Amino acid sequence: MRPVLYALSLLAVMGLAFWAYRENYATQKSLGVVENLQAEIGRLREALAVQRAEWAYLNRPDRLRELAAINFDRLGLLPFEPEQFGSGAQVAYPPPPGLFVSGAVDVSGISDLVGEVVPTNELQVP
Amino acid sequence: MRTPLRPLARILSARARGENPDTIERENIRLRQEKSRDTARARSEGRLLLLGLAFVMGFGVIGVRMGLMASADPVEPRSASAGAQILAGRADLTDRNGRMLATNLLTHSLYAQPKDMVDPARVARELVAIFPDLDEKAILARFTDGRSFVWIKRKLSPEQMQAVHDIGDPGLLFGPREMRLYPNGRLAAHILGGASFGAEGVHSAEVIGTAGIEKALDAQLRDPALAGTPVALSLDLTVQATTAEVLGVGMKMMNAKGAAAILLDVDTGEILTMVSLPDFDPNDRPQPLLKGDPADSPIFNRAVQGVYELGSTFKIFAAAQAMEIGLMTPDTMVDANAPMVWGKHRIREFQNKNYGPLLSVRDVIVKSSNVGTAHIALLIGAVRQQAFLKSLGFFEATKVELVEAAGAKPLLPSRWADIVTITTSYGHGMSASPLHLATAYATIANGGVAIQPTLLRRDGPPQGVRVMSEETARHAVSMLRGVVTDGTASLGEVKGYEVAGKTGTADKPRVGGGYYDDKVINTFASMFPASDPKYVLIVTLDEPVETTGSEPRRTAGWTSVPVAAEIIRRVAPLLGLRPQVEPVAANAVTLVRN
Repeated sequence: MRPVLYALSLLAVMGLAFWAYRENYATQKSLGVVENLQAEIGRLREALAVQRAEWAYLNRPDRLRELAAINFDRLGLLPFEPEQFGSGAQVAYPPPPGLFVSGAVDVSGISDLVGEVVPTNELQVP
Repeated sequence: MRTPLRPLARILSARARGENPDTIERENIRLRQEKSRDTARARSEGRLLLLGLAFVMGFGVIGVRMGLMASADPVEPRSASAGAQILAGRADLTDRNGRMLATNLLTHSLYAQPKDMVDPARVARELVAIFPDLDEKAILARFTDGRSFVWIKRKLSPEQMQAVHDIGDPGLLFGPREMRLYPNGRLAAHILGGASFGAEGVHSAEVIGTAGIEKALDAQLRDPALAGTPVALSLDLTVQATTAEVLGVGMKMMNAKGAAAILLDVDTGEILTMVSLPDFDPNDRPQPLLKGDPADSPIFNRAVQGVYELGSTFKIFAAAQAMEIGLMTPDTMVDANAPMVWGKHRIREFQNKNYGPLLSVRDVIVKSSNVGTAHIALLIGAVRQQAFLKSLGFFEATKVELVEAAGAKPLLPSRWADIVTITTSYGHGMSASPLHLATAYATIANGGVAIQPTLLRRDGPPQGVRVMSEETARHAVSMLRGVVTDGTASLGEVKGYEVAGKTGTADKPRVGGGYYDDKVINTFASMFPASDPKYVLIVTLDEPVETTGSEPRRTAGWTSVPVAAEIIRRVAPLLGLRPQVEPVAANAVTLVRN
């Protein structure tokens, strides 16, 4: 009985040692990955800060005002003024649905034709 | 094996010898006790030893660990997650809507180690070609005088960095640098101030604020515990830009040498706009003037540092106080017979007019009568007048978050004689900054509660001290509205926004004493809309003159007021204020039905 126990515990020690060895290397590898990721996050943050700064720089009010002035003929942008406030009453209702006419005929176009068949000046609308 | 206490053999032999056998028993008891004492001592000695060992090991471990920590190089923890806590050192500044006002940008600095340099003469020549502001001889002297380290440039653009790389000398080295960037250029320059480098090393440098809010909030902006949380200012970038544009045009049209405007939220005290012209670029802050008047430098903030006699804008305080303490109502008639003689002084009206003999308090304000105000102030008395002006904040520097604000104390006369009471009532003799005036007008506009002006966005309503009743404040606002509808500020009317305000024209004091005849400070202190004031706008022009008429005009009604009106017309819609009248019908097709 006792030799079996010795053998089993020896095997257990060897197994655990192998497991610890692998875990150690897995941890080192993960740490390496984390470091790379952190470096990348740092670089991306830096790039983000640069882009934010550039966005703010490109959207500075002086530049937008100049652009609006240069492109006035295309955009027609004017400063916001009190006269541009409207009231709800100024909003038009949608037009009422009109009379639906289908198969409309060009009346002046057929008047001559009608005139040839029937010798009167009356227009006949089908 | 246990020894019996009374061994039979020894007892028998003792008895045979005629001795007392009890001595044998006592002797055995004594031996037994000694034995047990020895074992107990040995056991406790062992325990003490064990305990001692444990302590020695414990302290030993701690000591070794401390020694290791003290001697080891610091290493960043590899497994901890990187959060915002290792982000850029200095917090960003944004406006109230989150638009960027100041941020950090990573760039590089350039330094040299001349001992590693291959050809210092060539390096100096090529560096001067890249940076024309460097002096070739001076820099070559520094490369060759035996020193081992030379700073060349603090900030490089990427193009310059590439050009320096292309020189290809091993003695030229780059260090990372975080620099402060103000993307909006001159906008809000006086508020932001500027930043520069503090303690500098090769790998990093402190960015410290040198003026304005950057310096006033330096500790907060650099605090690592706040982890770079952006600080939101009360400014509105759009409104600030519009005000600066209109004020700049107005300053040119009125031939003024300087101008300032402040727009204040009357309920919270938030400064939405603060413009001072001429301005500067905070990315390249100019040096302060070493001689002459500091007010001539563009870095001088007229809105906060400019301490001026603010003229007739003060008259409303005398009228409001007279109503507040029950001396008068808006319709009480006061003596306004000009000129008024007080001791050796004669108090006159503008252009030697005479509005008298009697004027109502309301008309004193509307017509801006110096004599009428002087009589009101004399009735109030010096002590009460001082107390009231003090409660409005005119006796101490404003507590706004600018490093310059603490230095801009109002100038008060040393003795408060009766003539000082008279002149102060119409804004001469004591000086204050436009920001003081804005704060005091905000108190009238919000119904009588004193506020603290601030440059930081406030989320809740602040608690203020009530200094006048709501009724007094309402009467005061309606008088100020009268100034615009029938008084000296008729050009200030903006359709739909019910502007109320008071003009102030003050002669500039000469350096040697007395006043200039043709140099004035014109101020228009206004609030809108008068029915429920939301904002106070102060516009101050320095030495303006309006020259469209047959003779030059220097009164505020002709200079500051039209500029302020245009600012209100442009800015009020941006603040979301709807005009009070029906808007004109656009050229829309009206739907007609039949």
